[in-house]
Amino acid sequence: MEGVDYLSDERQKAQFDVEAMKVAWAGSPQALQLSNRMANLVANDPAFEKFTRPMMGRKELLKNTLRKAAHGWKLIVDLRLTEEAKWLRLYIDEPAYTDLHWGMFIPAIEGQGTEEQKKKWLPLAQKMQIIGCYAQTELGHGSNVQGLETTATFDPQTDEFVMHSPTLTSSKWWPGGLGKVSTHAVVYARLIVAGEFHGVHGFIVQLRSLDDHSPLAGITVGDIGMKFGNGAYNTMDNGVLRFDHVRIPRNQMLMRVTQVTKEGKIMQSNVPRQLIYGTMVYVRQTIVADASKALSRAVCIATRYSAVRRQFGSRDGGPETQVIDYKTQQSRLFPLLASAYAFRFVGDWLKWLYMDVKERLAANDFSTLPEAHACTAGLKSITTTATADGIEECRKLCGGHGYLVSSGLPELFAVYIPACTYEGDNVVLLLQVARFLVKTVSELGYKKPVGTTAYMGRVASLMQNNCAVQTAEGWLNPGAIVEAFESRAARMAVRCGRQLAEFENPEEGFAELSVDLVEAAVAHCQLIVVSKFIEKLQQDIPGKGVKQTLEMLCYVYALFLLHKHQGDFLATGYLTPKQASLANDQLRTLYSKVRPNAIALVDSFNYTDHYLGSILGRYDGNVYPKLYEAAWKDPLNDSDVVDGFPEYVQPILKQKLRTAKL
Amino acid sequence: MERLDYLGDERNKAQFDVEAMKVAWAGSPEAFEVCDRMAKLVANDPVFEKFSKPMLGRKELFKNTLRKAAHAWKLANDLHLTEEEAKWLRHYIDEPNYTDLHWEMFVPALEGQCTEEQKKKWLPLAKTMQIIGTYAQTELGHGSNVQGLETTATFDRQADEFVIHSPTLTSSKWWPGGLAKVATHAIVYARLIIDGHFHGVHGFIVQIRSLDDHSPLPGITVGDIGMKFGHGTYNTMDNGVAKFDRVRIPRNQMLMRVSQVTKEGKYVKSNVPRQLGYATMVSVRQTIVADASKALSRAVCIATRYSAVRRQFGSRNGGPETQVIDYKTQQNRLFPLLASAFAFRFASDWLKSLYTDLKQRLQVNDFSTLPEAHACTAGLKSLTTAATAEGIEECRKLCGGHGYLISSGLPELFAFYVPACTYEGENVVMLLQVARFLVKTVSDLGNKQPVGTAAYLGRVAPLTQKNCVVQTAEDWLNTGALVEAFEARAARMATGCCQRLAEYKSPEEGFAELSADLVEASLAHCQVIVVSTFIRRLQQDIPGKGVKQALEVLCYVYALFLLHKHQGDFLATCYLTPKQASLANDQLRALYSKVRPNAIALVDSFNHTDHYLSSVLGCYDGNVYPKLYEAAMKDPLNDSDIPDGICQYVQPILKQKLHSAKL
Repeated sequence: MEGVDYLSDERQKAQFDVEAMKVAWAGSPQALQLSNRMANLVANDPAFEKFTRPMMGRKELLKNTLRKAAHGWKLIVDLRLTEEAKWLRLYIDEPAYTDLHWGMFIPAIEGQGTEEQKKKWLPLAQKMQIIGCYAQTELGHGSNVQGLETTATFDPQTDEFVMHSPTLTSSKWWPGGLGKVSTHAVVYARLIVAGEFHGVHGFIVQLRSLDDHSPLAGITVGDIGMKFGNGAYNTMDNGVLRFDHVRIPRNQMLMRVTQVTKEGKIMQSNVPRQLIYGTMVYVRQTIVADASKALSRAVCIATRYSAVRRQFGSRDGGPETQVIDYKTQQSRLFPLLASAYAFRFVGDWLKWLYMDVKERLAANDFSTLPEAHACTAGLKSITTTATADGIEECRKLCGGHGYLVSSGLPELFAVYIPACTYEGDNVVLLLQVARFLVKTVSELGYKKPVGTTAYMGRVASLMQNNCAVQTAEGWLNPGAIVEAFESRAARMAVRCGRQLAEFENPEEGFAELSVDLVEAAVAHCQLIVVSKFIEKLQQDIPGKGVKQTLEMLCYVYALFLLHKHQGDFLATGYLTPKQASLANDQLRTLYSKVRPNAIALVDSFNYTDHYLGSILGRYDGNVYPKLYEAAWKDPLNDSDVVDGFPEYVQPILKQKLRTAKL
Repeated sequence: MERLDYLGDERNKAQFDVEAMKVAWAGSPEAFEVCDRMAKLVANDPVFEKFSKPMLGRKELFKNTLRKAAHAWKLANDLHLTEEEAKWLRHYIDEPNYTDLHWEMFVPALEGQCTEEQKKKWLPLAKTMQIIGTYAQTELGHGSNVQGLETTATFDRQADEFVIHSPTLTSSKWWPGGLAKVATHAIVYARLIIDGHFHGVHGFIVQIRSLDDHSPLPGITVGDIGMKFGHGTYNTMDNGVAKFDRVRIPRNQMLMRVSQVTKEGKYVKSNVPRQLGYATMVSVRQTIVADASKALSRAVCIATRYSAVRRQFGSRNGGPETQVIDYKTQQNRLFPLLASAFAFRFASDWLKSLYTDLKQRLQVNDFSTLPEAHACTAGLKSLTTAATAEGIEECRKLCGGHGYLISSGLPELFAFYVPACTYEGENVVMLLQVARFLVKTVSDLGNKQPVGTAAYLGRVAPLTQKNCVVQTAEDWLNTGALVEAFEARAARMATGCCQRLAEYKSPEEGFAELSADLVEASLAHCQVIVVSTFIRRLQQDIPGKGVKQALEVLCYVYALFLLHKHQGDFLATCYLTPKQASLANDQLRALYSKVRPNAIALVDSFNHTDHYLSSVLGCYDGNVYPKLYEAAMKDPLNDSDIPDGICQYVQPILKQKLHSAKL
């Protein structure tokens, strides 16, 4: 950080211990220490410079990313990083083929390979002697995995599978790292044995020569083209892949769960198929954690800049008002700040849930699986949607300058939004939650709901008792808040259940009412986030003022949701208009309490200026000189008179357009 | 169009005359003819090709835009296009560039703020493009608050000149399009200082660059402010920064229609009403509302066509999967946006008539409708641009993964569109202006009859007392019931705010404290305007089989969608019971099924060419997958099987030789 600190006044206003809050955000002192070390390692290494990225053409951009990935891997090897490697990659902050290699290819082999397969492939992959990706989606097929068209036909004579793309729409499409880098892929395909279809399975397929990297015979592979944003995901070689009868040995089908014998017999192992769901829970837990990271970055930028930026309100020629002091700004910004914390804590809790599920699965206890699955699906959906919207809202909160790439927000938005679609489209996921809710409600008579749906067991009282809040202060009560969210969710779910019962065909009813079901699912998921935030606050959180500040944010989060969805709370009859209005009054009061802590709250994320990649969000608040300086680095400013001027503008001005060669 | 039509079946389902709907969308047969001709002129001219835009570096991109702008100006001259036609030509080229500012800001500012003498000098130069101008208002540190600008124009009596100066870094002009690299002149807004006294912010014509060699004039530092959101989008525009170091201009280059500075340094106001400036604002914002409907209609057209092509889940016995447009969750997100595009289209038509009316009144010194017209255009600007920006992104999400590809057209459309939420009046600031107007209107109710779009507030007593009488889902298919619901909600929210404001000792403090609620009340008021304008449009004659009926369905969708989205307001103000709100939602669901067969024909009615849409997903013939594949192969990364960087940075990893590699 440089010497000046334009935000120091703001920092002094904080009513809590920022260092302790950093620990609370990171999860533990060890986690803070680790992530801090990795962030600084990246920030201080010129190889990871990011500023010029948006100005590069596609080829240069990919080359630059390949260089960074190699440098990152070299550091990991040289410094013998273990757990830290993940953080190093995070702070490099540039999507690259290694994300897929480490995050999808290796876990797929670990989870779906037999011991023998793991012994063969994992050492190669872990040393990066091969580089892999995960090829599931196809040009015509995304959410519906059962609809994939690629085939893997067993040929008993040669003991091989024949991988084939029978149609254009069966082309593998989107896998990251596939386009230009990966040597191998786990390819999902329809298993065909003796003309019979036996489900979709994963197959390890070599794509490129390990000698000269050229695609192997029968394989057409390439990049699918530019994506949203300048840098963003354009540093990733998302690919297209077609097979023309490509043969692989039988033992390259991932056989932990299902085997094909030499004779072409299909065997199911005694490994429970549900294990797959465990992986899904894990992946989605990561996505929720990433949502809190992305949202916190955007909020950090918008909050700091809102304290720097002044507009209107000058009195007697004095300075104008900091825009962060406007209630309209606060009512858009502070709920997002609170959401970042809410998502952070629910992410922590999901991590615990995953461990719990894993242990149970190991003991063949599948009882909590449907609930855990619905809960992670739902949380993935609501946190990624809120984060994508929140980043764009933060960009707008930065006014005109938020539109500059140097604000960091356009690129953050562009790189984030695919999270709403990948690993389960957000609406499709909410429909899964809805199915689970409807089932839970219909079974209430004889099956006690568990975990995040336990409240459904109290459905009778939740349907009957209405809110008892009588003053604005009455809302500063975790019990009252949880009950409000439980009642709303329970009433919406029960109502959907009743409406569904009016349809003769349940599937038809589900389709017809799907929009209402989605709303009920959102209500259920919001309840989870709110109650996990509250549960977190029931734990010991060290540091002066830390817990009090987090309590405030928790109320902001809950009451903001309550106001935003007051239609639900009123329509279900749980709240009166007066009570909803009191909640809104309390919310407004809370904003004033957040205000002095705002800068310190975003400092607690402990982000380096490198990671933020934003001039508006600089730690020192020295925004305007840096914006000015950055502008001059644009290639258009290389010369006073720009390329194209003599050919295309001068003839206009000189009225000689007629004879000009355009 | 190619012969193949994968959407042929969809087109056959339409229950209305598409050609007649095209006329209804365009506004008149004449308007349709001009748009159609200009759109095709652009689409068929290879100079205006757009596909490669996202792959160009900034310099190359910019050069390419200069070429297109020159070609367009040549066409406009060669074909003797009228101003109206030339405007459409520029529109369909679909690439922001310096000529937008020249024609839409610089020339109008000259026309509106110059004296007759000034006009005689500057307009011919500008209209023949012997000079190229821009409009330099915002500064690095100053946007919404024009009175806070820092650039100074100090009168030097001895030289009979103004000295234009940037006293601080934050006073640097920042953002004006065309300023950085092309404009030779700019209208610079600056604080007029005479003898040390400040006389308000005024516009000054300042020459920026030499007309000989285009180099910046002495004392002027000018450059580009850098990359913006998206690939092509506004990166084809040279938004600029300019700093002035005591640059001198003759006294007669201050725009003097409203205020003059005499040779002697006297500041004189002319008898031209200052309010004329507001008329310009109304005109600019009307254009923005019209542009909102265009941008939203593009996004909706892409998402609707692709939703009919894309299939996912629901296959029975190995048959084809279900078209995603048949899912209620898809319809519920898509059809309200389709309805919004039409709603905004008709609102902009109406705003045009409002502007004409206002202009006539101002000419006869009738300022009575000005505050109402101003609030109404500010509010509609805010409502339509915010909804359009969100709507484009929603359409992108409705296209699933492929919507993330640049070739879908939606990322670029979004990045191109979002500044509309900020420029010409930041959207929240706009709603606060509406709120001030509403609060004033309500507090004046005893002694002043509200007019125009605020007239309903004159019936505040019944609106706050009588509640909704709807009893069945069908009852919601009643325009009277709908208008009353929106009026009652808006009136109740406005009066509710006023009552709470009265509890504050200082009205300004109350306004600041309650501003978030006031913004919600403003939005409710603006929605009344859009809904009732749509309904009034349907009361007019609209020719063509089934056209009016199809539009009626959309009007109900728009209104009931808003009602459901904001049901919290309707319930909190007690106008609706939960049961009535639920009936509205049932009706909405039923309406979606009525929109469904007409969906493709409705987006065809926008008459957008494939060139203008520039979306593989939204192509007219629905031949999406082969085109996606083809487009992918054109990416520079696919020039070779093994791109640059593999040998240096990947091979050493695979061969386990990273230690000795040069990174």
